[in-house]
Amino acid sequence: MDANQNQDIIIQIDNVTKSFGKIKALQGVSTTVKRGEVLVIIGPSGSGKSTLLRCINVLEYPDGGHIFVDGIPVMHKQTNINAVRAEVGIVFQQFNLFPHLTVLENIMLAQRVVRGRERSEAEQVARQQLKHVGIPEKAEAYPGQLSGGQQQRVAIARALAMNPKIMLFDEPTSALDPEMIKEVLDVMVALAKEGMTMVVVSHEMGFARAAADRIVFMDEGCIIEEGTPDAFFNNPREERTKAFLSKIL
Amino acid sequence: MTTTTEKIGKGRLLPATSSLEQWPWWALTIALAAVLIIFSILTTPLYQDAFNFIREGFVTTVRVTLTAYCFAILGGLFLGLGRVSKNVIYYNFATLYVEVMRGIPMLVIILYGAFVVVPLALQIINGLGSWLAGFALLAGLGAALQKITIQDVDMSGRAIAGLAMGYAAFEAEVFRAGIQSIERGQMEAARSLGMTYVQAMRYVILPQAFRRVLPPLGNDFIAILKDSSLISVLAVRDITQLGKLYRARTFSSFEAYNTMAFLYLSMTLSLSMLVKFIERKLGRGR
Repeated sequence: MDANQNQDIIIQIDNVTKSFGKIKALQGVSTTVKRGEVLVIIGPSGSGKSTLLRCINVLEYPDGGHIFVDGIPVMHKQTNINAVRAEVGIVFQQFNLFPHLTVLENIMLAQRVVRGRERSEAEQVARQQLKHVGIPEKAEAYPGQLSGGQQQRVAIARALAMNPKIMLFDEPTSALDPEMIKEVLDVMVALAKEGMTMVVVSHEMGFARAAADRIVFMDEGCIIEEGTPDAFFNNPREERTKAFLSKIL
Repeated sequence: MTTTTEKIGKGRLLPATSSLEQWPWWALTIALAAVLIIFSILTTPLYQDAFNFIREGFVTTVRVTLTAYCFAILGGLFLGLGRVSKNVIYYNFATLYVEVMRGIPMLVIILYGAFVVVPLALQIINGLGSWLAGFALLAGLGAALQKITIQDVDMSGRAIAGLAMGYAAFEAEVFRAGIQSIERGQMEAARSLGMTYVQAMRYVILPQAFRRVLPPLGNDFIAILKDSSLISVLAVRDITQLGKLYRARTFSSFEAYNTMAFLYLSMTLSLSMLVKFIERKLGRGR
């Protein structure tokens, strides 16, 4: 396996394609993510960036190509995808908290049924993660009683409680009111500083500048350009990148 | 000020000129009728006689309804999960069952269940018994299964089978709708945390779906209670059957059928009030 040749590479994406009917969402995308790296994927809507992210933990099953997560071929029929997903946390645009459970139960559920942790241990981890995202006092609340920013931070805590090796973020601030974006981004920046491997789809250029190790620019299902934030924002090579940046900056 | 209120009044879809028109007159009429019938039962010997005779059927109606409903819920849950399953065999089996059952009148289903399905099931059980009797360990069980005959299942049991068969199809659609009404993101979030499909259903989707389908399940309980009157064709001594018998014996149609309708209506109306109460409470909870 290719991925095992370099212990530093935790995600390897190799010529991945995916179509939804006639729409080609991904047209042969290849890239790698190193352990501890923060990769930010940007691009116009419909460029396939969310699809690429969702292919990593096989929420979308790619049509072709190969994906290795920590050396495991996730698209392989014999791979236990649930075991892979337990190691890869994902945070959604719409939070997707379980509305019938309290915040604490939200964070404990997967720990108990997937990791098989005891109630006391799961609760301890949950409270610790809530403190991590800065809302320990909301443990007994229901998701519906929280603001959008708080809900998204609970979603981050829920993913972190599984002790994942990788965290994926699918436009985590796009559904938030402007004044709540910062509280979520602060948690993500802190997480990046702690050395978590992160793949982030985002429109937050400020975050990309501050926290990204590398930026990937996608358009029409292809990677157009990738580079360090400095090179990407100050010295874009491709015309498409320049055109995109001139519109948003 | 008066002009604005007049304008609003004209704009209304249903112009209510006085509070008297908004009164629930229908409820008052029912209440009056109920008082009248209760009064008759307490004072008129003829009504008293009819009530005492038909009353015996009340227990049978409630017992058959409750048992059939429990089986229908269990069957409906199984079939409803099949209706949303990606497993080709499971999905097609559930869909076939639901489509067939929903296309047959309940009366026919009851007759079919009582005289075709139950005897057939007993034959299968007998066959299973004779097969099991061949094994040393299970010989006792096998012999017991072989001994079951059609006489062991009384008509109310067969009626329950028929009602449950039919209503399982309706409940399946209720559960399917409930499961499909849960946002896709819930299943994705559960699966992304490493849960299996079954775990995600068990801990995330079904608890939410159950709350949403509680009102329709309540309404179907009222429906099965009403449809339980059909089992009188099997001569099961429920409210309807005893009402028919009483009328045939005494020719007092008014007393017999008024009492019968009163018994059903008092059950269905109080149940529908309960369903509305649950609906309101759930609505506030969300």
